[in-house]
Amino acid sequence: MNEIKHHLTDKILLGYAAGTLPEAFSLVVATHISMCDECRARLGAFDAIGGTLLESSDDLMDGNMPAVDFDATLERIEAGSGDEEAEKSAPIEAPESASTLPVALQNYIGGDLDAVKWRPVGMGVRQAILKTSRSASVRLLHIPAGTAVPDHGHHGTEMTIVLQGAFRDEFDRFGPGDVEIATEDLEHTPVAEEGVDCICLAATDAPLKFNGLLQRIAQPFLKI
Amino acid sequence: MLTGALLNEKPDAMPGLAPHGVQPEGKRKGFQRRKVPADVNTDTHWVEIVARIRQSQDQAAFAELFQHFAPRVKAFLIKSGADAGMAEECAQDVMATLWRKAHLFDPSRASVATWIFTIARNRRIDMLRKERRPEPDELTWGPAPEPDAADVMELQQENNRLAEAMAELPEKQRVLIQKAYFGDLSHSEIAEQTGLPLGTIKSRIRLALERLRHVMK
Repeated sequence: MNEIKHHLTDKILLGYAAGTLPEAFSLVVATHISMCDECRARLGAFDAIGGTLLESSDDLMDGNMPAVDFDATLERIEAGSGDEEAEKSAPIEAPESASTLPVALQNYIGGDLDAVKWRPVGMGVRQAILKTSRSASVRLLHIPAGTAVPDHGHHGTEMTIVLQGAFRDEFDRFGPGDVEIATEDLEHTPVAEEGVDCICLAATDAPLKFNGLLQRIAQPFLKI
Repeated sequence: MLTGALLNEKPDAMPGLAPHGVQPEGKRKGFQRRKVPADVNTDTHWVEIVARIRQSQDQAAFAELFQHFAPRVKAFLIKSGADAGMAEECAQDVMATLWRKAHLFDPSRASVATWIFTIARNRRIDMLRKERRPEPDELTWGPAPEPDAADVMELQQENNRLAEAMAELPEKQRVLIQKAYFGDLSHSEIAEQTGLPLGTIKSRIRLALERLRHVMK
């Protein structure tokens, strides 16, 4: 396991544990945790808070605990109902090879990296938007080694995880598994390191704003 | 799978299930928080119940799990904004999932309540928000067939300490956290929480993960 330096924040982990994070961000979280035991353990702690709240939920009902139909539940089990849902949320076995993407992410791509349907967005950069609920969006970015991602600021929050290669901006370096969380006030110029092309997964709750005029014109067509 | 014989039986005829097990809990005034007899080791009681379901598809164990947790799951869902019908549907579904997925529970990493919470949360996202829930890849080497008993005990005790520490948080902060977990706050409304008593339980889980990697490699 490579050394991950930039982790998820407590706020993000709490939102993921509570189930209120937009799907696009949850995908970045699930991808990171698939690569990072430290954050997997931290998530376990936030899940444990949920457990204590579930355990004490009777305190909030003023003694009026709702009944649940036991017989109907047995019939459900007998009928095999719940199987489908259970399969969907069942933990997925991680593939043997370390070079492949986490299965959590492959489920959204419909395969590994070679299945990604890339679209050029200029300057050699390619992207592929993944389908999630509309409250936020998430896309894969392919940045050729040594290339700068166009100078950009941010509306809202953007969360990026490196899957391959690395990038640097004016402040830090981000390698595989590292998560960068950018907010409104960050204007930076990420540059992919020399060597391997950089592939990232980036979620945002607002469209990126590019500073160059041409890019601003192109933006509506590029869906970014 | 449950046998047909069981389904034809009245649940209250099942061994180990108290006759009041399927009565509407609302009718029982002064509902006791812990239904577990005092001589039972409460730290690992539910872990043993789930182990019985996993190992021998023990129906009495499932009935006990149901009696304790099904109303709590439903209450949690109602507090999360589900109407009564959806909460009932969802709670049944969660309980059915527990029966089928008992083998996936790892007591060295979570309490039974925590495990049930995660399943209920995921169903809530499915049903209320109609969204998919991306889940981290499960560890290929876990759960271990026989998790270390001391590890399990320590984790379960750590959970009890967490519950106590949560109860001691300032009222205002506790209510905020409840709201966050019941989905009453959007993510942007959630403030960075400081002073949450999470350090020790995180360290236990981290240790369990390292041990799993070590043992199973």
